[in-house]
Amino acid sequence: MTDTVSSADMPAILGARRYRAALEWTARRAEAFVIPLAALFVGMVLFSLFVALVGKSPVQLYETMWRGGFGSWFSIQNSLSRGAPLLLAALCVALPARLGLVVIGGEGAIVFGGVAAAAVGVALNGASSFLVIPLMGVGGMAAGGIWIGAVGALRHYRAVNETISSLLMAYIAIALMNHLVEGPLRDPASLNKPSTQPLADIYRIGNIPGMEVHWGLVVGILACVLSWLLIEKTRWGFAARIAGGNVRAAQVQGLAVGPLIVGFTALAGSFAGLAGMLEVAAVQGSANGSLAAGYGYTGILVAFLARHNPLAIIPVAILLGGIDASGGLIQRRMDLPDATVLVLQGMLFIVILFSETFYGRFKLFNPDLWQRPDSLKGTT
Amino acid sequence: METTDIGLWGVPLAMLGGAIRVSTPFIFVSLGEAITERSGRINLGLEGTLVFGAMSAYAVAVMTGSPWPGLFAAAIAGLSFGLFHGWICKFPKVNDIAIGIALMLFGTGLAFFFGKPFIQPSAPDLPAIPFGAWSNIPQVQAALNVNVLFLIGAALAVFLWWAFRNTRVGLIVRVVGDSADAARAMGLNPNTVRLLATGVGGALAGIGGAYLSLYYPGSWTERISSGQGLMAVALVIFARWNPLGCFAAALLFGGAGALGPALQSVGVTQGYYLFYAAPYILTLIIMIATSSPSRTLAGAPGELSITK
Repeated sequence: MTDTVSSADMPAILGARRYRAALEWTARRAEAFVIPLAALFVGMVLFSLFVALVGKSPVQLYETMWRGGFGSWFSIQNSLSRGAPLLLAALCVALPARLGLVVIGGEGAIVFGGVAAAAVGVALNGASSFLVIPLMGVGGMAAGGIWIGAVGALRHYRAVNETISSLLMAYIAIALMNHLVEGPLRDPASLNKPSTQPLADIYRIGNIPGMEVHWGLVVGILACVLSWLLIEKTRWGFAARIAGGNVRAAQVQGLAVGPLIVGFTALAGSFAGLAGMLEVAAVQGSANGSLAAGYGYTGILVAFLARHNPLAIIPVAILLGGIDASGGLIQRRMDLPDATVLVLQGMLFIVILFSETFYGRFKLFNPDLWQRPDSLKGTT
Repeated sequence: METTDIGLWGVPLAMLGGAIRVSTPFIFVSLGEAITERSGRINLGLEGTLVFGAMSAYAVAVMTGSPWPGLFAAAIAGLSFGLFHGWICKFPKVNDIAIGIALMLFGTGLAFFFGKPFIQPSAPDLPAIPFGAWSNIPQVQAALNVNVLFLIGAALAVFLWWAFRNTRVGLIVRVVGDSADAARAMGLNPNTVRLLATGVGGALAGIGGAYLSLYYPGSWTERISSGQGLMAVALVIFARWNPLGCFAAALLFGGAGALGPALQSVGVTQGYYLFYAAPYILTLIIMIATSSPSRTLAGAPGELSITK
């Protein structure tokens, strides 16, 4: 293309470029939808093979699952309730992932946040609920933020691998909770299930009007939207994405990578801590062993399934909430162990991670490859 | 067993015995992980392998009435998990750490799924050798009752230490772990070597799981492993990928894990759950102390993603 371009041609050229850019954008978006959905489908097929191998009907299983998860208004509300903590637990994985960190110990921040929130609620018993409920939230977020922020700090300033340290800290948090709930914070009235003192009723968080779903769902969706805005629309998010791509490059550009990493991990942890607070204030009414219910681990799956996009976390968390919610029905109707859902989650997780290898491989989603026949015909 | 009052001496003795008892799964998982990591790949899924190994060993031992087929089954199960991890990680853009987490969930899920019917029945234990028979103090006898797998693990650590230095296979694994390009130049296929190394690592982790369900604590429950597989990964880093170091570190971890029960046995029950957290806290402290932001760790395989 050595011909000089006359100014009269410019609009046409710009138009062609714009068309091309729109095409690439559409193709990329299509890829980001089609590959995870295809992976989800393949995972479901593999799981139905597994179910058939253990001698049950996959059709009946999926039917039961649909009925338990989304088949009625009751089950939809159940799924939404289970999805609510998953939203926040998934953010605890997705935000550090933008910096290239694999944090898998969100469970620890949930547990620790729940204990802190319960401690605040019990200590301030008698004060106005307008004061205490926000303070419980702050307490939970601070506890979770410190917990995962420490993981980020260790990672950046001491090069301690964040995957392992976060998981070790999750075990430590659970042991700490057991210690506090059995000892200093124990309610003597809780016999079989050691718990903290129950929260006064005015400090409990109720349901969204007209639904059997507590306000945690709204909080979780808000947190996802805010996280999306933070990552996509602010300079901190932009800096985080650069640092996630290449730490050295980010440092050369003069970005304060350390505070960025600590800030992002602390924010991620505070979301998980908030999940713990909601679990205490809306569901359990006190801090006890039920806080370690595995939301942190399902959250890892949600975040990976959503490819660490906070907006995509919303539908994925509700979907997995539905799978979780249908677990009980599967157990009763089909006489399968409660671990069935765990097997399904594991399979989905493996297939989703495996599907990463297909990005950029399909001609359909890659406009550069559309033109290959032409360029092959040419001189190059 | 009657208890002779030997006072505070009971604590170090119980910790010694505990270290020997608790460390065996750590020895096997960490030696397996050392082989895998030396080849340049990391397998966090060993936690799932450990749990699944524990379940399959117990199930097969219950069904056959002998612990040895159970041990074999656990090794085969671990081998399959390892080979699967090795196979799936050879595809481009597939992250070995994330796949490890997925396999951890999957292995645990499968173990719970198939293990449900085996929570009740009791399986035959793996045999132990009473090295303490000379003593008439029951605590000494208890502490020195050493399981055969501990001895095999100790021998294996020495063998691997020797093999990494002196054998052709050991050299191949090390070259692949340090530089895939150099390995290719030598005509080796890094993916194949890593596949096999991950497979062997998985098999050893499966045996570690078999020890849990067939000897100590000696029954199959869903709480049988509380992160031992993952602590072993940290342990390998602490041991600088040296099999002898893995053995020593496993003993240290076992001792830390035995601290709570040992103190409980002499009447200290305060803060039981905090002592329960001791091995995790110890692991974390060791990781903080041995990591450095300014240089890669001495002895770290060059291809290993976790230390880069």
